[in-house]
Formats: sequence, C-alpha cells, structure tokens
Amino acid sequence: MSSNSFAYNEQSGGGEATELGQEATSTISPSGAFGLFSSDMKKNEDLKQMLESNKDSAKLDAMKRIVGMIAKGKNASELFPAVVKNVASKNIEIKKLVYVYLVRYAEEQQDLALLSISTFQRALKDPNQLIRASALRVLSSIRVPIIVPIMMLAIKEASADLSPYVRKNAAHAIQKLYSLDPEQKEMLIEIIEKLLKDKSTLVAGSVVMAFEEVCPDRIDLIHKNYRKLCNLLVDVEEWGQVVIIHMLTRYARTQFVSPWRQGDVLEDNEKDFYDSDEEQKEKADKRKRPYAMDPDHRLLIRNTKPLLQSRNAAVVMAVAQLYWHIAPKSEAGIISKSLVRLLRSSREVQYIVLQNIATMSIQRKGMFEPYLKSFYVRSTDATMIKILKLEILTNLANEANISTLLREFQTYVKSQDKQFAAATIQTIGRCATSITEVSDTCLNGLVCLLSNRDEIVVAESVVVIKKLLQMQPMQHGEIIKHMAKLLDSITVPVARASILWLIGENCERVPKIAPDVLRKTAKSFTSEDDLVKLQILNLGAKLYLTNSKQTKLLTQYILNLGKYDQNYDIRDRTRFIRQLIVPNEKSGALSKYAKKIFLAQKPAPLLESPFKDRDHFQLGTLSHTLNTKATGYLELSNWPEVAPDPSVRNVEVIELAKEWTPAGKAKKENPDKKFYSESEEEEDSSESSSDSESESGSESGEDEEDDRSGDSAEDSGESGSEPEAGKGRAATRSRARGRGDSKDVDKEKENSKTSESSSGESSSIEESSSDSESESESESESESRKVTKEKEKKTKQERNPLTKDVSLLDLDDFNLVSTPVALPTPALSPSLIADLEGLNLSATSSVISVSTPVFVPGKTHVLLHRMSGKGLAAHYFFPRQPCIFGDKMVSVQITLNNTTDQKIENIHVGGKKLPMGMQMHVFNPIESLEPAGSITVSMGIDFCDSTQTASFQLCTKDDCFSVNIQPPVGELLLPVAMSEKDFKKEQGMLSGMNETSTTIIAAPQNFASSVILQKIVNVANVGVVPSGQDNIHRYEELKFQAL
Amino acid sequence: MSLGEYEKHWKSVVSQSVCDYFFEAQEKAADVENVPPVISTPHHYLISIYRDKLFFVSVIQTEVPPLFVIEFLHRVADTFQDYFGECSEAAIKDNVVIVYELLEEMLDNGFPLATESNILKELIKPPTILRSVVNSITGSSNVGDTLPTGQLSNIPWRRAGVKYTNNEAYFDVVEEIDAIIDKSGSTVFAEIQGVIDACIKLSGMPDLSLSFMNPRLLDDVSFHPCIRFKRWESERVLSFIPPDGNFRLISYRVSSQNLVAIPVYVKHSISFKENSSCGRFDITIGPKQNMGKTIEGITVTVHMPKVVLNMNLTPTQGSYTFDPVTKVLTWDVGKITPQKLPSLKGLVNLQSGAPKPEENPSLNIQFKIQQLAISGLKVNRLDMYGEKYKPFKGVKYVTKAGKFQVRT
Repeated sequence: MSSNSFAYNEQSGGGEATELGQEATSTISPSGAFGLFSSDMKKNEDLKQMLESNKDSAKLDAMKRIVGMIAKGKNASELFPAVVKNVASKNIEIKKLVYVYLVRYAEEQQDLALLSISTFQRALKDPNQLIRASALRVLSSIRVPIIVPIMMLAIKEASADLSPYVRKNAAHAIQKLYSLDPEQKEMLIEIIEKLLKDKSTLVAGSVVMAFEEVCPDRIDLIHKNYRKLCNLLVDVEEWGQVVIIHMLTRYARTQFVSPWRQGDVLEDNEKDFYDSDEEQKEKADKRKRPYAMDPDHRLLIRNTKPLLQSRNAAVVMAVAQLYWHIAPKSEAGIISKSLVRLLRSSREVQYIVLQNIATMSIQRKGMFEPYLKSFYVRSTDATMIKILKLEILTNLANEANISTLLREFQTYVKSQDKQFAAATIQTIGRCATSITEVSDTCLNGLVCLLSNRDEIVVAESVVVIKKLLQMQPMQHGEIIKHMAKLLDSITVPVARASILWLIGENCERVPKIAPDVLRKTAKSFTSEDDLVKLQILNLGAKLYLTNSKQTKLLTQYILNLGKYDQNYDIRDRTRFIRQLIVPNEKSGALSKYAKKIFLAQKPAPLLESPFKDRDHFQLGTLSHTLNTKATGYLELSNWPEVAPDPSVRNVEVIELAKEWTPAGKAKKENPDKKFYSESEEEEDSSESSSDSESESGSESGEDEEDDRSGDSAEDSGESGSEPEAGKGRAATRSRARGRGDSKDVDKEKENSKTSESSSGESSSIEESSSDSESESESESESESRKVTKEKEKKTKQERNPLTKDVSLLDLDDFNLVSTPVALPTPALSPSLIADLEGLNLSATSSVISVSTPVFVPGKTHVLLHRMSGKGLAAHYFFPRQPCIFGDKMVSVQITLNNTTDQKIENIHVGGKKLPMGMQMHVFNPIESLEPAGSITVSMGIDFCDSTQTASFQLCTKDDCFSVNIQPPVGELLLPVAMSEKDFKKEQGMLSGMNETSTTIIAAPQNFASSVILQKIVNVANVGVVPSGQDNIHRYEELKFQAL
Repeated sequence: MSLGEYEKHWKSVVSQSVCDYFFEAQEKAADVENVPPVISTPHHYLISIYRDKLFFVSVIQTEVPPLFVIEFLHRVADTFQDYFGECSEAAIKDNVVIVYELLEEMLDNGFPLATESNILKELIKPPTILRSVVNSITGSSNVGDTLPTGQLSNIPWRRAGVKYTNNEAYFDVVEEIDAIIDKSGSTVFAEIQGVIDACIKLSGMPDLSLSFMNPRLLDDVSFHPCIRFKRWESERVLSFIPPDGNFRLISYRVSSQNLVAIPVYVKHSISFKENSSCGRFDITIGPKQNMGKTIEGITVTVHMPKVVLNMNLTPTQGSYTFDPVTKVLTWDVGKITPQKLPSLKGLVNLQSGAPKPEENPSLNIQFKIQQLAISGLKVNRLDMYGEKYKPFKGVKYVTKAGKFQVRT
C-alpha cells in the first residue's frame, strides 16, 4: 500500500488511484476505522483514495474528516488537489464542505485554486438563488489576487441580481474584494452607491457594513439614502440595525447642529463645572441663535426609539449611544431603563454595558440615579462586574444618597473577595473627597478598618487615608500616631511606604515619634521593599533637615546603606539626597533650599474615576471598552457650527413636493394647522419614504413651535425699536374661525372698526374682515418665524415677486397638475355700483367677479397612507381652480400611487358618508395602476362652506379603505377681482357684525409686501385689491356661497 | 474562532498562536468568571464569552461594537444548544462537521447571515439518529438546497407551510424575584423580572394577539422581533405572527414603584468562635407573603469561607452536601410545610490556627411557586386571526427566585 501511495503522489491524481480508492472503501467501513493508521501521511493517503471514489458516501466521509482536521488546526493542505476536484459534486453537502476547505486553503495553494473558478462562474448563472449566492460567497472568499477581475465582474452582476439575497451577498463580497485588493476601491464605491439605493431590508445592513469598511468618509453617498435608511431601520435584521445605527450616528454629527442647549446643560452640573471658556462662549452663541432641530435629525431619533425594546443587546446599546451622542439631553433619559435591563443578561454583556454606564454616569448623574439599587453588588457577581458596579455607585453618590451607600459599602468591605474589598476602600476615599459632608465619617470608618484582620484591607486603608490626610492638612496627629504603630505589624509595601511618607510630611507635628520610626526602619532597611526603601530615604532626609540633632547619624547610616544597595534607583536617590542635604564644599546653591524642596506643599492627589476621559470615544465601541483607539476606529466628529445644506437629503422622486416645501412649511403656522394635526400624526408614524418630504415640513412645525415663538419674541423687540418701519395695513375678509385660530397663538385681541364673524361652524355667510391699521399682521409674524428657519428657502420664495400690482400673476406654471382657466373680468366701474346698491346679495355677485388664484400652494395631504392602504397610497391637494363639476364645489386633486409590486385594479370611490347637504362628484374608476405607477384624478366636493369632513371609501378590486377629506378654511374661499373702492364699500356693508382683530409685530425685513402676500395666499385662496397706497394691502375673497 | 481547541476562519487565516494571549489571560484570572471578555493583543483583539464551561473566543482585527460580537457568540452557543441538546465540548466534538456547516451559514466575512433558528434548520437539518442512519444508506445529506422561505420574506422567523394536526399555543409566564435581603431581614433591593416563553404549534400563518388584564405593570419590555411595536405602544396588546416552536416572546421588568412581595424568610445564626477551630451554623426557612401557594423546590447554596474545613450538619428536612474543595454548601430543602419549618443545624470545622472569617457568608436561595405570577400580571385573552381552525390555548404562571441573596 505504501508503494502505491508514493506512485500516487508522483502522478498526482492518476487514473489508477480511482480503482484503489474503490477497493479501499469497499474493504474498510467508513466509520472511523482509519484510526488504525497512525501516521498522518498514510491517513491522508486514505482520504485521497476516498475522495477519488465514485461513491458520494465515501467522499462525504472523507470531507467530514478533513473538516475535522481543519477544525483542530491540523494542516490538511496537501489534500488540496484531491479535494478541489469535487467542487462540482452533485451532492450539496460534499460541495459545501469542499467550499469550506477551499476557502481555508486557497490562499496557500493559489494555482490549484484556480481550477475551481470555472465551476463558480457556472454556478453564478444558476437559476437557484441559493446556489448563485453561495457561489459568489465562496468565490469572493478565495483570496487569490489573480481572480480579482473575475470577482469584480461577479460582484457587479450580482449587485443587479433580482434576488435580494444574492444582492446581500454581493455587498459582503465587496468587503472581501476590498481587503484582497484595495486598488479596486473606486469601482467598488460605485457598486456600493448602487446598492445603497436598494430598497430591500435584506441588503441595507450588509451594504452599510461595506460602506463602513470601504469608504466611511464618503458621507455624500448617504445623503440621498438617509431618510430611506431611517425608515427601513425597524425592519432591517438586527445585525444590520447595529451597523446602520452606528453609521447614522456619525452621519448625524456631521450634518446637523448640536441640539444641546444651555437649558439642558444645567442638568449635568459636572460638565458645566469643567467646561472651558470656549465652550461657554459657544453656548452663549447658541442661546442667541435659537435652535431648531432639523426634521431629519428628529426622524432618526424617533425611528430608533422602538429599537430600545430589541432583544438584542447590541441593538439596544447602539440606540443608547445614538441617543447619548445626538439626541437632546432631555430626551436621552429614556435609554437608562433599557440599559439597566441589559444588566440581567450574561456576564459579558453586563461587563460592556456597565462600562458604558460608568462613562455616562460621570457626565449625567441624573440619568441613572433612579436605578441606584440596580447597581448593588451581589456576592456571586464576578470581580470585574463588582468593580464596575462600584465605580458607577461612586459616580452616582451625592449628599442625598451617600449615607445609604456608605452602609452598603460597609458590607462590601467585609467581602471575602479581597480585591473587591480593596476597591471599596478606594471608593470610600473618593466619596470622602467629593462629598465634604461625609469626609470625616469616611475617615473615621477607614481608621476603624486599620484594625481589620486582613492585611490587604488595612494596606488599602492606609493608602487611602494617606491621600485623604494630604488633602486636608489639618491636625490629624492621632491618626498619624496610630499609623506609626501599625508599621510594626503591617508588611504590605505600599502601605508601609505610605505611612513613612505621611510621617515624613508631618514630622514636625509628631516630633517624638518620627525619629523613632526612622530608627526602626533603619534597622530593617536591607530587608525592605524598594518602594519602602525610597520612602525611608525621604523620611531620613526630611528629619535631617528639621531635627538634625537627633537624626543626623541615623540618616547618614541609612544613606550609607543606600549607597551600596542593589537597586540603582535607590543608589541614585541616595547620591542625590546626600548632595542636597549634607553641606560640603562641592554642594551647589541648591542645598540652601533643601528644606524648601523637601518640605514643600505638595498638591493633593486627585481621586478620579478611570472612566473620566473615556467619553471622547464613541460609546459602545471597542475603543471605548479598551480606552485606546482600536484599528479602524472612526472618530465621531464634533457638531458643525452651521448645519450643512439639508436639501442634499431630498430625493428626486418627489421633486414636486420639494419645490413647494416652503409653502408646506409656511402653511403649518396657519389656521389650518389644527385641522390637519391628526393626519400629520399619521404621517409622522409612517415609514414611507416617498412622503418624507411633506412629513419633514409638517414635523418641523410641530417640534419647533416653542423654539420659534421665542424667536418671534426676539423679533418683536427689534421691530419695537423701529415702529415706523413696521407699519403696514392689511385687510382681510376671511372666515372668523380661521382668524380666531391664528390669534390663539398671538394671544392679543383687539377690536377694530369693520370686521365681523359669525359663530364658527355655521354655513351662512361668514365674512370677517379685520383691519388692523398701523399694526403688524398675524401673517407677518408667522412670516418672520419662517424666515429665520430656512434662509435658502426664503430666497427661493423671494424670487416670486408678488406685488399688489400683479394681483393676477399666474403662478400656475409652478404647479404641474393645475392649469389656469379663467382670466380676470374687469371690475365694474364705481358709477355702476351706485346703481346696484339696492340689490340683494345675489346681485352683489355680479359686481364681484371671480379671478384666478394668486398662488397655488403645493402642500399635499395624505388621504390614504401606503401602510394602511396595502400599498395603495393617495394624496390630495387643492388646486384652487373653479370646479368643473359644479359652482359650489371645491376641486380636489387626488394622486394615487401604487407602491406594491403588483397591479392594483379597479380603483374607485365606494360608499360615501357625507354630512347633510354636502355633495361630491367622484372621479371615474381607474381600471388598473401599474406597480410604482401614479395617476392623478380630480374630484369636486361641495363642503357647504363648512369645515366638516367628507368621508368616503376608496376601493380597489379587493379592498375598501375609508378615507376622509377635511378642507382648511382658506380653501373654501374664492378670489375675486375688485377695485379698492368696491372693496371698501363691501367692507362697509359688513360692519356691525362680529369682528376680531389683532396686532402682529414683525421684523421690518419681513414686511415686504411680497412676503406678506405670499404668506396670506398660502393660507387662503384670496385675490389682491390694487391699492393706491404702498403700505396698505387688501385681500379679498368670496366664498362660493356668496356667488 | 476557537473552541478550546477548535477553530474556524473567516477572512484570511490568523495563526493559532493568537490564542496564547487568551490562555495567558485565563491563567492570570483567579477564576474563569474573571477572564476579561475583551483582550487586546498587539495585532488583534480577542472577544470571548464563557458558557457551559466552554470559552468561545473570536479574533477581531478592526473596530466593532463588542456587544455585537458577544451577542453573536451567544447566538452561536444557543444554536448549538438547539441542535445538539447541549452545548458541551463532547457535543461539539461529535458534530464538528455540522458545527462547521452552521458557522458557515451564520457568518460571512465577519457579518452575521442567518441567526434565526428557523432558517438554519431549513438549511441544515439537526442531527437525529434516524436521519444519520438513513443518510449513511442513501447518501443523502443534511443540507438543504433551496433558500429558506423565511430568509426573503419580511417575517424571517417563520417558515411557510407549517402543518400540525393538533394546533396548540402555550404561554409560560415566568417571573423571577431578584432580591438582596440584609442581616436583619429587611429588603435592601428587590425587583421582579419576567419573561413570557411561548410554545406555538399552529398551522399556516396565524396572527395572534395577546392582551393583559393589567399591562401597566410592565415597566420595561423587550420584544421578540415578531411583535408589532406600534400595537403595543398604542393599545398595550401583543400582536404578532409567531415563530414556529419554542421562543421567548417578551421579557419585562415590573415597575419599581410596586413593592415586591418576598415569599420566604430565613432565620440564621452563623458564628465562628475566636481562637477555636469550630463554629455554629443554624438556618431556618419559613414562608412569608406566599399568596396561599406552596413554595417548593427550595435550595440553599452557601459559599463558605476558605478556612472552613468541613461541616457537620443535621437537616430536619431534605439533604445537604458540602464540597470541601470548592467550600460550597448545598441544601436541597424541597417543599415548605408551615407546620414544621425546615432547618439545618450543626457544627463547622475550621482550619486550626487560621484567623476566624471576617464576614459570614451570604445565602443564595432558590425556590419556585407554581400557578402564581408574583407581580399580579394576568393574561386577559389570546385571539387568533388569519386561520380558520380553533387552537388549543394555555397559559401557565410560575414564580421563581432569581438572584435571591440573604446577607448574614
């Protein structure tokens, strides 16, 4: 057999071996009988024969044994040729084991590994996605530089594969190829860019991992995918979540401004205390410039919150660090509960979590104070866990809880775990220094411990007492005497050294004891530890300087001993001290100052937490755990002073909405806000990325309300100083209810001459006109808020010069769906009006003719969310066109989107549930809507001049969804063209009815007529009356009813 | 990764010698519990977990959240437990090939692939005696050749086409009391941690919702990924499409405002005489606030000080053992009958000449109360949607001692 094997070796896979292999398998049962062959050489020979066999079972058995060898770390590389031949095996298990082998040894046997490549290339085209994926996985794991181009090609193809599973594997392959050949970086980045756009949750985690590894600095690739990633996050598998959250944390720190405001900082007093001047200044700046959180920033914080409930500790920790690093400080509190929960899991998880809590608890005590007792130590905890818990308890200690803690510490000091007991003593020392109220209690307690039986405890106490006494250089003669006595019994070097140092420092306070101590130690000098010897030398020197009469000889004796000591540090020190203290002719000027040098006031040591400076590492990272920068650690940048352009995150798909963002945002401030708050909440909780644009608009309105009211108050201050500039006159006829709402915000009410309003809900003619002369208007205020919010958007707005002279300016071309219909009819001449004066209301309508809308806001409202509509999404908006279905109807345009991957058929309006009098003209049924398709239809609704909701059902072939539309007041109006005179006349006729007016103060720069106009037309469908005076603007509208 | 002596490489091969750093650290540590989970070596980082007397060590080259690795290693150990019934060296030795196949599926280039046991079981079938016999005859394999359906769907935890003749859904509400009781018997710290473990054997794609009588009790909850978070946020109802088989539905903590009822008390008197080689040991256990239920399965474990040589005790009930090497005293008490309280009394032999122990040892107590959730949590109802059949439903309550420690 052995001769055969040699022959086999030479031929390396000749035909004759096949026969032999068969023979071998037939004679020997494959169950471990090979153990008989002792030498590896022979054993491998058998394996080779088995691999050559025709039987799958024999091959499988051989492969299993080979894998066993690999697992044990034995070298099986010489089997490479025999194994690689089976790469195309039909048996999937053999194939997989061959893969395992190949990946392990390909790097060592590059030429032979190439033999297998064609198999993988074939498998990459297999119809089974599992086979395609695993072929790619193995191909990319073969670390042979020569196949880099093949890998590249395979990755490119796989990244466009229909199966998300294969695409996921492509993302993994990117990292492997990158580590094999970093030259390919540029090409790989292209693929990453493509995969980042992938909407599959399966791919998201893997591609972000690849991004982090290959090009973590290319933050620009994330912009467009940011919102999508935020929204997908909840559905990504847990490992992907961790990676994405870490990446997004870094992203947020570069793209948003700091949410940490002055007010928040008050909470962490510790931080305040140590803040540098620069930071203080920075904060002052911040206070001046009110903070408004970017809606995308908010999106991230909100979408990660549910993940705190994850069962995966890594996910919880990732969210916790995200909140710690990017959330407003007032919101970060919610993470503590979840982190404390993790303390129930395994020892390793506890270890990491406790470390992170330790870092957090230094800066923000308040966060973990309620959980103080969760950090109490159990005798069964591992020592490292105990010490971490102790660390946290120390950080949390304050005047209120210190007595409870000290009682707890008393138990710990007695622990059988001496390392832990020693750490407790250190802790007590730290508490004593940080909380002055208890420092005496602590000191007394520590002194009691000096009589403890355990030497380690005593030694640690001595060291801590030394530090405490050093900090309070008061009369503690008794304690020092006690410690001097201890010197006879205690043997721990650190403790002995500490006592000696203490006596030396205080040698003038204990004049009788000190020389005696020196005498004793001189006797034992030679047998002392080096540490102690150094302190004996110090003590000698100090006594020589203060009490040379008694100690001169002793010191000289010690110096002599030190001179011949084995340790050169001690010899060195001896020489130094001798030169310094013993006056001789050679000694320089220094010896005059010897006393000052030795007995100088020494600064007390600072007892600090070892976690003090760890927070400059991102929490939850390996670097934080090790407290050193690990390879590949990515720094968390500081907040930028000014936020980079937020529009980079906008996605092209919703170009329309984007263009109109200002309108949407402005609208938020206005009366209709209230009506939509419900639907907006729905939007908020949605995961749709397609409407993130409108979402961000609405959100900002809600979240930043407070901030901006502060802002406007500031503006009012400014305008107060220049009252002249702030003058303006605006007249509005609008529904009383709408007005009232806006005034709720303003809190200022004032009656003026001609306005009226009737009770809110009724559908009679409710026209109120408020005329607040020489006062700023509510609109202008909200305008001012807006302006500060987004400069860039404002400029865009200002590009639409809407002056009163161009009241008929056609803005419809901004709107892709609506088309201008009517041209203005000229207003009647004043002379005619007199004739018509006696006519009733219906006649009035002939005087006032309907004009085209001045402005059409692009704000869309959600009718049916894609989540609730099983993939069918519907949005509606008011095009402000006269309705073609009926005079009294308001036209509504509905955009339907199919977000599923199947056709949605037969979309139509089902049952209607309308309040009394309301009418609705439905759109024609839509036969089918292709996947990702979108269609816009229009409807007409007669709301009967009320803001009541029109409810109806939107049906598809299979489902019915209840939806409703509630119109904002402004949309029920219709603009008319009339002259200033007519307007005044109409206004006069309305006097005597209810009216409301208010004063709005606005910054002068916001008071451009175009700005006010823009603001008003955003809210309500009104027209502009040409006015003779520059600073007076009139807006008018008539409702359908009035016609 | 290396399991004592087994290794599996991803990325490029790292020399086995890197483990020497780990063994060094292991020697330095007083006991296995104190081997640091994260060790830094000149070129690599070692992250390890210790479970079931095995170390799982992974070698890390670059920055990665340590919990990511730790959590993954625990998943690996869970999977072994799931596949082989135990996670021991012997089990791994016997199933090296399956272990390898599993690891291959679980991790790719340092990134976890499939960690859901449902998916793994479709990819690689767990070993059974029957199957290994069949396989050796037919030459078929344990490895599946199609992509598990769960892998691609948005409910990766459940496979399609599950069929049972008896459809059952069982829930175990298990609550554990963590407590530290001080010398005088007053409670230093106590809280209730609970889990709901489910065993679901339902055909098709059932959609379950579980509601509680008093959901407000749950202060902090962590969920299995199958639970719809939003339903919980808005309605406090657990709504989910369950995985097939056994799984942990939620774990929770009961809000700390509620006072925790402590079901047992311990009277103890342990004393060591000065300058004598013996001490007295006397403990008695009694019921307290047990809601009228029997307390059973009581075990007391005491780690005696090192100077204790032997113990000579008489229990009135149950049996005790003392291991003179580890110095661990275990008293298996059983049930408490209020008429006659169980006690354990006797003498402690100390090493002569050694100083008497500074501190009395803490008593770790285990117990179990059936049919009771100590927090008062109650399941209101379980509804099933999406399937037509009527399942058999059951809820069981158990209260146990968690980390229950009495300081003496």
